[in-house]
Amino acid sequence: MSMKTIVRLVDSVTIMDVSGRITLGEGCTQLRELIREQLSKGNKNVLLNLGDVSYIDSSGIGELVSSYTAVSNQGGSLKLLNLTKKVQDLLQITKLYTIFDVHDDEAKAISSFSASA
Amino acid sequence: MGLARAPVDMTNEASTVEMTFESNLKYVEVAEDVVRRVCTTAGFEEEEEQKIEMAVHESLINAIWHGNKNDPAKQVWLKFQIFGDRLEIRVRDQGNGFDPDHVPDPLAESNLLKVSGRGIFLIRAFVDEFRVKNVAGAGTEVTLVKRFNRTMKSHEGGTDREHEDYSTSS
Repeated sequence: MSMKTIVRLVDSVTIMDVSGRITLGEGCTQLRELIREQLSKGNKNVLLNLGDVSYIDSSGIGELVSSYTAVSNQGGSLKLLNLTKKVQDLLQITKLYTIFDVHDDEAKAISSFSASA
Repeated sequence: MGLARAPVDMTNEASTVEMTFESNLKYVEVAEDVVRRVCTTAGFEEEEEQKIEMAVHESLINAIWHGNKNDPAKQVWLKFQIFGDRLEIRVRDQGNGFDPDHVPDPLAESNLLKVSGRGIFLIRAFVDEFRVKNVAGAGTEVTLVKRFNRTMKSHEGGTDREHEDYSTSS
C-alpha cells in the first residue's frame, strides 16, 4: 500500500491529492521528488491534499516540513488540505499545526494563495 | 473509550507472539499487521491500536535504519506479551545503541523545522512506558508498555499519562 499522488493545476495552484502511506522510504522519496519537480517548473503555490493519507510516520512528518521549507525558500507557499484526525493529532503534538496553513475547503484554500501573494 | 477486554489469561502467564526478520523496511508493514492483530486480541480499541502501531512502527524504523544501518545481514527481533494488565512490546536490533536521554527535543523552537528527530518523541507520546537497554556487543532492546486500564483510570479521576503528554506538548 504505497503512496499515490494526482497532481492538478487550478488557478496557478498546484494541488497534490496524496493517498496511501507517507513513510520512510518510497512515500517520502516520492513526495520529495514531486515537490522538486513542481518547483523546477516554477510552480511555487502548492496545496497538499492529505485527505486520503492512511498513514504518516515521523519521517513523513519530516518530509512535510522539508517540503514546506523547500517551497518557502523558493518564495512560494505550501499549504495543507483535508487533514485526517490522525494527521491533525500528529501535527498538533509535534507543534507543527501552527506552522502550516491548514484548510478543509479546497476553493477557500486556493483563493488563500492569491490573498497572501 | 472503554476497553473491551479480551479473554486473556489473567494469571502471570503472558500470551506471547514473537517474530524475527532481516533489516529491510518492507517487513515493517508485515510487522504492523501483526501489531494490529495482537492489539485486537488484547482488546484495544482502534484509537489506542493506532497509537501502539505507530510506536512500534517508529521503534522498528529505529532498529532497522539507525540500529542495524539497513544491513540485511542484521536482524530485528519483535516480541509481544499480553499480560493481565498490559501489553509489552520489545524490539531488539544488533546496532550500537543510543541514549534516549540525549535525544534532542523536537519541540524546541530551534528544532521545530528539523526534518528528523521526532521518532522517539512519538513513541513516548503513544505508550505508557518506554525503556531502552543497550547490551554491549549484542545490540539494543527497547520495551514499550501499554496498560489496559489507563482510559478507565481517567474516568475514575486517576492519573492518565497519555493525557498529560498531549496537554504538555500541544
